[in-house]
Amino acid sequence: MGDLNIKKQPKQYDVVIVGSGAGGGMAAYILSKAGLSICLVEAGPLYDPAKNITQLKGAWESPRRGASTKLRPFGDFDASYGGWELEGEPYTTEKGTDWDWFRSRMLGGRTNHWGRISLRFGPKDFKRKSIDGLGDNWPIGYEDIKPFYDRVDKMIGVFGTNEGLENDPDGFFLPPPKPRLHELLIKNGATRAGVRVIPSRLSILTKALPDNKDRKACFFCSQCNRGCMVYGDFSASSVLIKPAIATGKTDVIANAMAREVLTNKEGLATGVSYISKDDLQEYQVQGKVVIVAAGACESARLLLNSKSPRHPNGLANDSDVVGRYLHDSTGASVSGYIPNLFGRKRYNEDGVGGMHVYSPWWLDNKKLDFPRGYHIEYGGGMHMPGYGFGSGIEKMNGKYAVNGKKKEAGGYGASLKEDYRYFWGANVGMAGRGEGIAFRENTCLIDPNTVDKYGIPVLKFNVKWSDYEIKQAKHMKETFKEIMYNMGAVITSGGDDDEKNNWGLETPGRIIHEAGTVRMGDDPNHSALNKWSQAHDCKNLFVVDGGQFVSQADKNITWTILALSMRASEYLIDQMKKNNI
Amino acid sequence: MDRRKSIKALIMGTVSTGVLVEACKHADTKIEAVEPAPGTNYDRTPEELAKYKQLMASTFFTADELATITLLADIIIPKDDVSGSASEAGVPAFIEFIVKDMPDHQTPMRGGLRWVDLQCLGRFGKPFKDCSSPQQMELVDLIAWPDRAKGKPDLAQGVAFFNRLRSLTATGFYTTQMGVKDLGYMGNQPNQWNGVPDDVLKQHGIAYTEKELKECVSFDKA
Repeated sequence: MGDLNIKKQPKQYDVVIVGSGAGGGMAAYILSKAGLSICLVEAGPLYDPAKNITQLKGAWESPRRGASTKLRPFGDFDASYGGWELEGEPYTTEKGTDWDWFRSRMLGGRTNHWGRISLRFGPKDFKRKSIDGLGDNWPIGYEDIKPFYDRVDKMIGVFGTNEGLENDPDGFFLPPPKPRLHELLIKNGATRAGVRVIPSRLSILTKALPDNKDRKACFFCSQCNRGCMVYGDFSASSVLIKPAIATGKTDVIANAMAREVLTNKEGLATGVSYISKDDLQEYQVQGKVVIVAAGACESARLLLNSKSPRHPNGLANDSDVVGRYLHDSTGASVSGYIPNLFGRKRYNEDGVGGMHVYSPWWLDNKKLDFPRGYHIEYGGGMHMPGYGFGSGIEKMNGKYAVNGKKKEAGGYGASLKEDYRYFWGANVGMAGRGEGIAFRENTCLIDPNTVDKYGIPVLKFNVKWSDYEIKQAKHMKETFKEIMYNMGAVITSGGDDDEKNNWGLETPGRIIHEAGTVRMGDDPNHSALNKWSQAHDCKNLFVVDGGQFVSQADKNITWTILALSMRASEYLIDQMKKNNI
Repeated sequence: MDRRKSIKALIMGTVSTGVLVEACKHADTKIEAVEPAPGTNYDRTPEELAKYKQLMASTFFTADELATITLLADIIIPKDDVSGSASEAGVPAFIEFIVKDMPDHQTPMRGGLRWVDLQCLGRFGKPFKDCSSPQQMELVDLIAWPDRAKGKPDLAQGVAFFNRLRSLTATGFYTTQMGVKDLGYMGNQPNQWNGVPDDVLKQHGIAYTEKELKECVSFDKA
């Protein structure tokens, strides 16, 4: 350590962006297209789905047949570098609480493997406090963000249908794929349970975009989570950062773990310090503006670790809200199989990477014992067999006649091979993704006693579900059971949950929709950012990821991150033109 | 290289001429029963490559254990009219890999194999692999049928072992090209999704709504 010193990058950038996911990627795209010089600091390596290929690999090409590992928690072919645990980068939890934190460390972040579920928030989602008295209203409304949703739809591409629903707004949609067989059966069962089923809304190009030569249409391999080599779906790496680099205005510094946002005597941001994972040297990069987009929790950590005489409580934290109001989507699920599909005819059912239909929230919470809604995601069908295929057949092949013949459970031989063929493709599952309440008490703050291997203080989580989320999970389970019953399906997993395990409600963080930790608001005493994603107490600092959310609706948050980041970036350009920044 | 694969390669635009020539050469020879060694021909991080090398450099099962696994796996998945056997699909090598990759399998597998051998020693005076075929089947029939073994606590561990081995064998077999073909999985290739085939809709007594037919993407049926 004798020669440890800090190397200053010689170039002064217009904007330094920390993080290359949806928020950072959109900022780099908009700002570099506007001619600003950008330095994008990313904690992981470079990644390009056209070069780093796992798509269209057969299960046999993985020695573990696609099973997950600590390094690929969503399977051996999944696109994400990172996981629930990172070597040398711990986090801690308050006693008696749980938090699961998924960190992708790579260009494009978690947009490389995400589900592509691209839902606009509706008018009610920005004003929940006015409806149920809980949490806070956003400082903006749907009408403020709508033009940006419209542009994101057209620029990035999303399929879906205009249904004229009040709180699930119409957009500019590519045509959706037709429902698969199990999805038609689900639709029947759900409709009879009073649950609306409509085409899903995923950022996958069912048709090529008219003005984009760099991306090709989807070819229906169902493997979006592996990254798409023709860029037929949205990931920040391929759709935003690649074009940003092509402008010649964006430099990417990969494998760079941000340590601190640097400020001057006036308290303004001057750049970012980071440690390079390649040479373990300390660096600083200077910018006129700093944009933080490291993911809600990592962004809060970076700001809380950026202390100075002017910002003794951490940057953008005069209000003491940074790291508070942390909330993830709720999640609960059931799965099983549809006996009517046993022995089904074979055809290529892959479709797009994900469900072709879903159920937006369909009820009025005023008539229920929990305040916020959920949507339902569906799965099933004839997938490529992977690790785990055929496991536990002894629990099935004694229960159901195979090709008209009742058999004994278990067994071996040619008869057993017949059973595997017979039962394949009959699986079905459904999962709720709901809105939790953003409470001030649910936090990720700096652990005073723990640092990571780079010496950066780590986060300590203190998050608990409230009765609201638990009651919502109970409602999910009751709904799923009714749908499964209506469609003649048998539940094999998730059907036995009760109050003892919070009705199968997933551990907070598990759904990977964390938000709220650097929230926006009109009142600088109760919010970190103004309605333009700009820090109240540091005008050349912006936060453009899920951290800025006041509440997160029962909608996956990526589309709103993209729209807000686009909006903040254009505001920034305008302010720079006016010499306000 | 067959036409469909060539088109796939062209659509992808990712295949170099060298690879095309190589692929065409392979197409002339029948697909080998034993799958080619996998592991490194898809995107891997340096940590993953290191882990793979480390796993491949070690051996878990003894030759005798692997011989017993091979015999049992071929009883579970034998060759039939549709496809080949577990060992023809390389299942023993998969099981050797997976117990190294997932150490939780190691003790149940090693202990289960020993349980089988000790049963055979007691009954037939020989370990499983040296027993006659009828003797082997007699032992297998004791542990392959969970309902028959109910109320026989001295067989419970054997049943648990056989359930595990059956599951690993099925996974190992149906995730190979041979197994995937047997099941009839037709995806993992460029396609145009045009909806559920008409005869299947008819079979299930359902139909797309006019709204769905109008608003969903469709492709000319060539």
